[in-house]
Amino acid sequence: MSGFGNAFSSSIGKKFIMGITGLFLILFLIVHCGINALIFISDGGLTFNVGAHFMATNWIIRAGEIVLFIGLLAHIFQALRLTLENQKARPVKYAVNDGKANSKWYSRSMGLLGTLLLIFLVVHLKDFWVVSRFTGIPTVDANGHEDLYAVMKEKFQDPVRVVVYILAMFSLCYHLLHGFASAFQTLGWNHSKYNGIIKGAGVWYSVIISILFAAMPIAVYFGLIQ
Amino acid sequence: MSTGNMNLTLKVWRQKNNNAKGALVDYKLADISPDMSFLEMFDVLNEQLINKGEEPVVFDHDCREGICGMCSMFINGRPHGPKDLVTTCQLHMRSFKDGDTIVVEPWRAAAFPVVKDLTVDRSAFDRVIAAGGFISVNTGNAQDANNLPIPKMQADAAFEAAACIGCGACVATCKNASAMLFVSAKISQLALLPQGQPERYRRVQSMVAQMDAEGFGNCTNTGACEAECPKGISLENIARMNRDFASAKFISEETV
Repeated sequence: MSGFGNAFSSSIGKKFIMGITGLFLILFLIVHCGINALIFISDGGLTFNVGAHFMATNWIIRAGEIVLFIGLLAHIFQALRLTLENQKARPVKYAVNDGKANSKWYSRSMGLLGTLLLIFLVVHLKDFWVVSRFTGIPTVDANGHEDLYAVMKEKFQDPVRVVVYILAMFSLCYHLLHGFASAFQTLGWNHSKYNGIIKGAGVWYSVIISILFAAMPIAVYFGLIQ
Repeated sequence: MSTGNMNLTLKVWRQKNNNAKGALVDYKLADISPDMSFLEMFDVLNEQLINKGEEPVVFDHDCREGICGMCSMFINGRPHGPKDLVTTCQLHMRSFKDGDTIVVEPWRAAAFPVVKDLTVDRSAFDRVIAAGGFISVNTGNAQDANNLPIPKMQADAAFEAAACIGCGACVATCKNASAMLFVSAKISQLALLPQGQPERYRRVQSMVAQMDAEGFGNCTNTGACEAECPKGISLENIARMNRDFASAKFISEETV
């Protein structure tokens, strides 16, 4: 064995990939949520459309989008691979297994929560990403920017879509509640002086991001913002 | 042994050998003393089975003092039963109620094949230790221990990691049958002390490679292992192992 050897194919290496891509996606969500939250300015989406226009045209962001998809796919495929391996590690299941006695349900359900998020992501990308990148945004706003806000307003008139988005944010919240602190533990950042901060930041992050995202379809559907 | 007043229904995993198909078998036990240990309750069951001319239940045990790591039953869905920080031999029947039904299964992991009934083969752990869980010392006179000053916190952390008795409860309870708590404790007890330094980065690579080769699962940080460990081994050890592994692979120039 030479050089980096099995650095990323060993059990710990595979965890590193999950942790690094997870933290990367956590950073992405901050950007995504921050720009989307511009709709709460309630100026008919003018500011939001400026943000959306920047994200769609800036070449650094567009290059970042490719990295984002690579990171996302790596996170998904690595999770799939780990799940299959883990199932093989216990071929005969217990008749009685009291998991709730020793761990949180969402920490044991990351695969399920992740799968729900993946299904949501297909719907979500079709709703907005495909429209803004490929099929085209039909109207422009007063500033002459593509009116992505109008697309959002139209999509969130459908109550079924609003409910799907809200349910998906519950999955996201629980996925992050475990994932945030878990990524730090995996990367070895377990330190008595910082553990409390990491755990606390993880809970705040998960809850705030999920509530902000869920508030968007709700606010649009009920006409709380203009 | 005092007679007692507990009546229990046991559902015990019976399996003739590794190739045979096993099943849970029901046994009724009467007059069990609440002061008995869980294993003594099994001794009573086995005496009754022998008297009836049936095969006794095979289970691992040795010191019955909670320090050897041999006993290994998965009781009502938890390794070593419902109490925290005890092994099965230190679990007493007073932790159960009269009339309870108790399900007892062997550790379940591909790396721990069932030998018979409740006994599993844990030699995978031995092979992980043999891969690097030691220090190499030249023979000769032992030097004065005070020549190697060790900070108290460091010594305590090493001692806490060394408390691991290798029972395998961490693997048994982990939803992924991962052995990372065990392996990380065995790596940490040496990585924290000066005597463990020369082989520190070689050790972590060899032991992790052996752990993977044995077919244990991958850690997903549920924390079940730490919660169920009879010796309270901390998840901090897994983080330390991961740090050492990263250092070994990405910083150390020595390759294994």
